Amino acid sequence: MFDISPTEWTAILLSLRVATVATLVATPLGIAVAWLLARREFWGKALLDAVIHLPLVLPPVVTGYLLLLTFGRHGAVGAWLAEHLGLVFAFRWTGAALACGIMSFPLLVRPIRLSIEAVDRRLEQAAATLGAAPWQVFLTVTLPLALSGVLAGMVLGFAKALGEFGATITFVSNIPGETQTISSAIYALIQTPDGDAAAMRLVVVSTLMATAALIASEWFARRALLRLHGN
Amino acid sequence: MLSVDVTKQLGEFAIEASFASEGRVTGLFGASGAGKTSLVNMIAGLLRPDRGTIAIDGETLDDTSRQLHVAVHRRRIGYVFQDARLFPHLDIRKNLNYGRRMNRLAEDAALWQRVTELLDIGHLLDRRPGRLSGGERQRVALGRALLSEPRLLLLDEPLGSLDEERKEDILPYLVRLRDEAGVPMVYVSHDASEMRKLATQIAIVRRGRVTAFGGSEVLPAATEPA
Repeated sequence: MFDISPTEWTAILLSLRVATVATLVATPLGIAVAWLLARREFWGKALLDAVIHLPLVLPPVVTGYLLLLTFGRHGAVGAWLAEHLGLVFAFRWTGAALACGIMSFPLLVRPIRLSIEAVDRRLEQAAATLGAAPWQVFLTVTLPLALSGVLAGMVLGFAKALGEFGATITFVSNIPGETQTISSAIYALIQTPDGDAAAMRLVVVSTLMATAALIASEWFARRALLRLHGN
Repeated sequence: MLSVDVTKQLGEFAIEASFASEGRVTGLFGASGAGKTSLVNMIAGLLRPDRGTIAIDGETLDDTSRQLHVAVHRRRIGYVFQDARLFPHLDIRKNLNYGRRMNRLAEDAALWQRVTELLDIGHLLDRRPGRLSGGERQRVALGRALLSEPRLLLLDEPLGSLDEERKEDILPYLVRLRDEAGVPMVYVSHDASEMRKLATQIAIVRRGRVTAFGGSEVLPAATEPA
């Protein structure tokens, strides 16, 4: 049963690549957004918060279709990116990474935001009185103290990106070797006669990865608490 | 020379304070809730006055008529808070070095030696703040502020979180700091005996106003708080 075929390996490795790229690109942006939401008051803050959470509540197929309209070859952004930067998303693994990045963004941002909110602002004030400019305060006090939350957010976002299905298959379809992730491979296998055993193998792999990610996320969250108590 | 002439509305509470001090240690004396901490926060730049001016040694740090407000990190004013506020993720050595690194100051072995000896914290350098006693933390906070080479040091009830015995332990360090460190200080307290021991000039703060300014004679006769 655990004889994983080359096609299945391709799907597993592609999923890992898509989720890794999505997480690495989304993290700096996620930290910036989390910091804005945690530490700044500005016009449109509620709107920004809502937009970020939208992928959590919209049907994934809607998000995928909106991505196709925007980032497709004829979409406003997609056409520009293809022409000026040679960056094509539609029906490419990069598009899968984009879809996964957007779908996992709320899960990535939330733990980071919470951990930044938990950083004692009085410590940031103390740093400022010692001569630290705002960006130095952020890099030397806020971010290190929120680091476990950042890692927890990354793990959670990564796990979500690994399993994303609806938006990805809508946006970039289900092309083996290019856009066929674990989820879309399972979907294809279930619809194929005699695909059950292969689907089951991928289900097990996918469950193991998700469980490991949850345990890692929990572990980082615990470390965050310890760090804040100064031991 | 520190001169403060500010007003600030904080909810129902109004601060309208004005004083100028040449003293090595300027005491701000008053009951809790009198507005002492808000005053000190304005000197530090953490709180912006609604109206008025703050200046040190002829350099204006706040002047609302010119919309002038020097940012906290550019003021070179050290601040020792009642709760030491040491960085929990850094060991004591890194805490002490923080101000020097942020201000890009050259390493000064003599100053380091002098401060760590003055405050008797040399043996704590490799520990984390979580492993220190309250008194040790407060001494490290003092050292950290001094090593950022401030031109003025603000001390807001630095003994406030310590029990009586610990206070008696720390007070001599503060006296030595006054006599040896060469940095002018603003010392906030509601304890008249601390004021007598430390302050060279005293401002009495009541309900957001400076009601008297002078030597220790402006303090209430008994040692009970104002």
